[in-house]
Amino acid sequence: MSDLNLHRNLTDPDGFYANLMAVHDGLSKAESDALNARLILILANHIGDEALLAQALHTALDIAPRAE
Amino acid sequence: MTKIFETPLYPYARHPDQDAAAPPRHKVVILGAGPVGLAAAIDLAQRGVPVVVLDENDRVSSGSRAICFAKRTLEILDRLGCGDVAVNTGVTWNKGRVFFDERDIFEFNLLPEDGHNRPAFINLQQYYLEQFLVERVQALAAEGKPVEIRGRNRVEAIGRHSDHVRLEIETPEGPYELHADWLIACDGANSPTRRMMGLDFVGRVFEDNFLIADVVMKADFPTERWFWFDPPFNRGQSALLHRQPDNVWRIDLQLGWDIDREAEKHPDRVIPRLKAMLGEDVAFGLEWVSIYTFQCRRMEKFRHGRVLFAGDAAHQVSPFGARGANSGLQDTDNLCWKLALVLDGRAPEDLLDSYDWERVYGADENIMNSTRATEFITPKSEISRVFRDAVLDLASQHDFARPLVNSGRLSVPCIYDDGPLNSDDCAGLPARTRPGAPLPDAPLADGWLLGALGQGFSLLAIDTDCSDAAQRFGVDVLTLNAQDNPLLAERYLGTQSGAVYLVRPDHHVAARWPDYDAAAVETALRRATCAHGGLNV
Ligand SMILES: Cc1cc2nc3c(=O)[nH]c(=O)nc-3n(C[C@H](O)[C@H](O)[C@H](O)COP(=O)(O)OP(=O)(O)OC[C@H]3O[C@@H](n4cnc5c(N)ncnc54)[C@H](O)[C@@H]3O)c2cc1C
Repeated sequence: MSDLNLHRNLTDPDGFYANLMAVHDGLSKAESDALNARLILILANHIGDEALLAQALHTALDIAPRAE
Repeated sequence: MTKIFETPLYPYARHPDQDAAAPPRHKVVILGAGPVGLAAAIDLAQRGVPVVVLDENDRVSSGSRAICFAKRTLEILDRLGCGDVAVNTGVTWNKGRVFFDERDIFEFNLLPEDGHNRPAFINLQQYYLEQFLVERVQALAAEGKPVEIRGRNRVEAIGRHSDHVRLEIETPEGPYELHADWLIACDGANSPTRRMMGLDFVGRVFEDNFLIADVVMKADFPTERWFWFDPPFNRGQSALLHRQPDNVWRIDLQLGWDIDREAEKHPDRVIPRLKAMLGEDVAFGLEWVSIYTFQCRRMEKFRHGRVLFAGDAAHQVSPFGARGANSGLQDTDNLCWKLALVLDGRAPEDLLDSYDWERVYGADENIMNSTRATEFITPKSEISRVFRDAVLDLASQHDFARPLVNSGRLSVPCIYDDGPLNSDDCAGLPARTRPGAPLPDAPLADGWLLGALGQGFSLLAIDTDCSDAAQRFGVDVLTLNAQDNPLLAERYLGTQSGAVYLVRPDHHVAARWPDYDAAAVETALRRATCAHGGLNV
């Protein structure tokens, strides 16, 4: 089983982040939620490895939320 | 014309048991002449086990109820002598189409592969299936097999004893009593047996209502399963259209939770809904209307001493996936050969605990699948609806998302992995035919593999020899040649050059080897019958 890569892996972090923000430009909250959902599904299918995806789900869940 | 479900097929007739001085004793009593009870009666009668079926009614189910019958069920019906009539009467289909909002988003084909005698699915009204099963029971009785159905015999009370069950039965001419060595309770989702025995039936209720309408119309919709998510004619809900024989169409409309169920069943409400779906100018008649709510639940155990629960009495699933009646027939397929061996003294009662293990496992798989489908169809939170709609939007353009669309995973038999009756496996043989799996069919030179099997245990000897096994163990030996049979080789040999399969009477694999080893076969047969002492299958 391969491990989820939690090390630096993007060559152009700023560029990716800007692209991520750009696709949400001008979208309503509902449209953005739908886009995010599509994006997750597209990436999940690309990764394909269910064990890896389970690690990703848990990693996302385990981040302590910011105190309100 | 009188409909088949309006005709008493097994009308009440006084039986000498009703005038007996002491309660007569029977080997097996089956409670309920639904599809599951009838299948059990045929299976046992074919094995020579005397059986009495009691039902409070005297006719088949009114309304179509279960309509989709899967390949595995058809294979079971073949063994029960009703496969041809079911397939010839039914509508064979294998295509499904999915709609989202106003769009036709994709179609799919359920026919998995060639080389099977039976199709993936047929649609057939439950009343037809029950009619064929009743006729088969009557034909067996006419041949002298010890089987009978007693109509308008309602069981009112049950007493449990260590070696028998006592039944108090009400008839139009008053009560009588019977004793049974074994009782098979196939008395449906509201099982009075379960209630009278004070047993739990826990699970989840889904807060939703579905309008089920059987509509008679001459329409040119293709023979496909059409499923709509959030269509314009039923906003925020789902809909299903499916063809049955005789120009009858099943329409299923999700209605939501807060409705007036009685009012919604009224034609004044139903007809406008159907017109919105079918179009104003399609002429149709209503054959049957019902409002359905559902639950996913099962009994904790299916065996309680001498009472064995099967079908809806033991487990209930949502209708998405057609797992109700299909799984009930797998219950009796699993149970009857075991009970016949126990009654014959050829296996100990422990064998019946494997019925409990295997069919509880099957029920859990069905409940899991139908719960998942239900959650996709009726998203239970805002975010689950966001993801559901994202899947549907993607599926309209990208193939990868289509397997995520879940409008019901249609019934397939379960594989009893780690089942208590399984033994040896062998590397190199295909995964799909591993111990616990149901045998996939394959073409033979002169017919079909499943059609060549008998009622008992069999050994398949593929490109190898085990001819002394027939005499030694009293099993049927089927010697097969896979040299010129690529489908047989693919399904049964994999990378091995030969194989021996030990097959149970319900056509599940018990064990398999690369070649014949009499001692290994004997051990596997013992395990598959829970035999402690002598082996006598
Ligand atoms: C309205 C409706 C719609 C359905 N639609 C679908 C569908 O679309 N797809 C699907 O797969 N499944 C559907 N089902 C479920 C499917 O019909 C069942 O899974 C199937 O009938 C189960 O068969 P059974 O033999 O276990 O029980 P049943 O068919 O319920 O048979 C039970 C029998 O027991 C008898 N009985 C009960 N109590 C007594 C007593 N005290 N004494 C004597 N006899 C008794 C009854 O008369 C009945 O004949 C539907 C069910 C209903 C009610």
